[in-house]
Amino acid sequence: MDIAKLHSIDPWTWTVPRAIGDARHEARLYGSRDLLAAMDDKVLEQITNVARLPGLVGAALAMPDAHWGYGFPIGGVAAFDPEQGGIISAGGVGFDISCGIRCLRTNLTADDIATRAGKLADALLRDIPAGVGVEGELRLNADELDAVLAGGARWAVAQGYGEPEDLEYIEEHGCVAGAVPANVSALAKKRQRGEMGTLGSGNHYLEVQRIEKIHDARIAAAYGLVEGHVVVSIHCGSRGLGHQIGTEFLVSLAKAASRLGITLPDRELACAPIRSPEGQQYLGAMNAAINCALANRQILAHIARDTIGRQFPRARLETLFDVSHNTCKAERHKVDGREKLLYVHRKGATRAFAPGHPGLPERYRDVGQPVIIGGSMGTGSYILAGTAESENRAWSSASHGAGRAMSRNQALRRWRGRAVVDELDAKGILIRSHSMRGVAEEAPGAYKDIEEVAEATERAGLAKRVAALRPLVCVKG
Amino acid sequence: MPAGLPRYDYFDHDADTGVIGRGATLQDAFVHAAEATFALMCDPISVAQDERIDIEFKEDDVELALVTWLNLLLAHANERGLALGCFELAREANVWRGAAWGEPWRTDMERGTQVKGATLTALHVTPQGEGWEARCVVDL
Repeated sequence: MDIAKLHSIDPWTWTVPRAIGDARHEARLYGSRDLLAAMDDKVLEQITNVARLPGLVGAALAMPDAHWGYGFPIGGVAAFDPEQGGIISAGGVGFDISCGIRCLRTNLTADDIATRAGKLADALLRDIPAGVGVEGELRLNADELDAVLAGGARWAVAQGYGEPEDLEYIEEHGCVAGAVPANVSALAKKRQRGEMGTLGSGNHYLEVQRIEKIHDARIAAAYGLVEGHVVVSIHCGSRGLGHQIGTEFLVSLAKAASRLGITLPDRELACAPIRSPEGQQYLGAMNAAINCALANRQILAHIARDTIGRQFPRARLETLFDVSHNTCKAERHKVDGREKLLYVHRKGATRAFAPGHPGLPERYRDVGQPVIIGGSMGTGSYILAGTAESENRAWSSASHGAGRAMSRNQALRRWRGRAVVDELDAKGILIRSHSMRGVAEEAPGAYKDIEEVAEATERAGLAKRVAALRPLVCVKG
Repeated sequence: MPAGLPRYDYFDHDADTGVIGRGATLQDAFVHAAEATFALMCDPISVAQDERIDIEFKEDDVELALVTWLNLLLAHANERGLALGCFELAREANVWRGAAWGEPWRTDMERGTQVKGATLTALHVTPQGEGWEARCVVDL
């Protein structure tokens, strides 16, 4: 990205200058000079386009891990006011609706894992349905699937997948309101029949990670994180159902926009006013997909517990938090001193509620929401905490991942999957995958430096670093 | 088909990937874009043509037709648990009728990365020389 096109507010906050008479809102980017310079110019084009959408409140925002997406940049955040004609955009949520990370803390240490890491990796690959074309053991009929879409993780717990305590530590306590299963097409439901409890492929993973470094002892204690102990992170989303909803509404909302008098700077920003029938139709379907994703991660967490429990009978796995990063959520935020209902799109961005937020579980009320930044399989991940500052700067939002530094095609030209597996094995990181092509595409070198992203997230006031995680075992989809 | 260029190809995108199909006719270009899309998930040569999927839709806008064609193939392949390797497509005015052949995923198939959907990003369907080129970004 040509950094000369930006105005620096401070070393971690940048804005795109507007010409006189330009009616668009502010476009703001967070990150270091180096991170922004490394971003594709398309990020700037896309976030500037978002700033032109109707009913936007404040600035269109790009997180430090932003990269070229479709419509919105990945790492894009934008809030819309339904009373001001604000829109909801299928492109602002993405295909993998409610893709996110479930993180489980354990009482195991990295030394415990080392005693049987290979066996654990093999068992996880065997038990976790992962990769393209792989279905789960669960088969749901139409009524059961509607119950998933209405009940989310609560449905899964009621079926015996996991424990009721898990629900306390999932966004919206495991079930988002406003889901309308009837708004989800028959084809979308058919695609999901065999996909509950599956990981998917691409950048989805299940990782066993060592807590490498504690950055904030007070918050880490509240989260139950101990250096040298192990956490398990599961990254996946709403699978075929979410993909189908995204697919259908992307085209139908693109067509509806012109009919509804919305001029789109990019067709991919397909949207409709929140209060229009089209907007409500999408909102109900999208919320159903969020519940599908929450149920999916709940089932996968249950399988992981079972598998790890068989390898380590004394293991106890508790949900640290489950947070989505492809959503549009109805939230109350302060605008000019007044609390308002806004629809906050986070496309590749994590919600990051501040200490004291009523939506947080009691245990985290004083320290803020756990924010999980998933990194590459070689370099690690981060747990951060929401801050009060983030509410003002980004509607309580933060980064979601390391962000790609190069395309998948470039990665395939540079690396071979088998060599990546061997190289990481030599570093004590065991990779298991059904797809060597997928491993090459996801090579650690294809991602940005997670340290830089985490630091920039903190310095920009979006979230505070709590703990750094290093992968020990990674099952790639 | 534009001379000297492969019938299907890819272009770079930060997070996902772009697919390109080229052909003597618009329909051929769409068929080859489908080959590019499904080749991301498995080697099309290794896929037996045991089962058939039929696709029919109406669309006036040729660019949206490309996205709809690819997304219907992805949806029905996913719904039926099939890997696809062979495609055909015909068009009468705004009615598009296509078919695809494949087989259920086998455990010994070399797997690539699942394509979640075809997007409107970098979406172009254009005449190229004596033929057509169809391209868009697909979400992985």
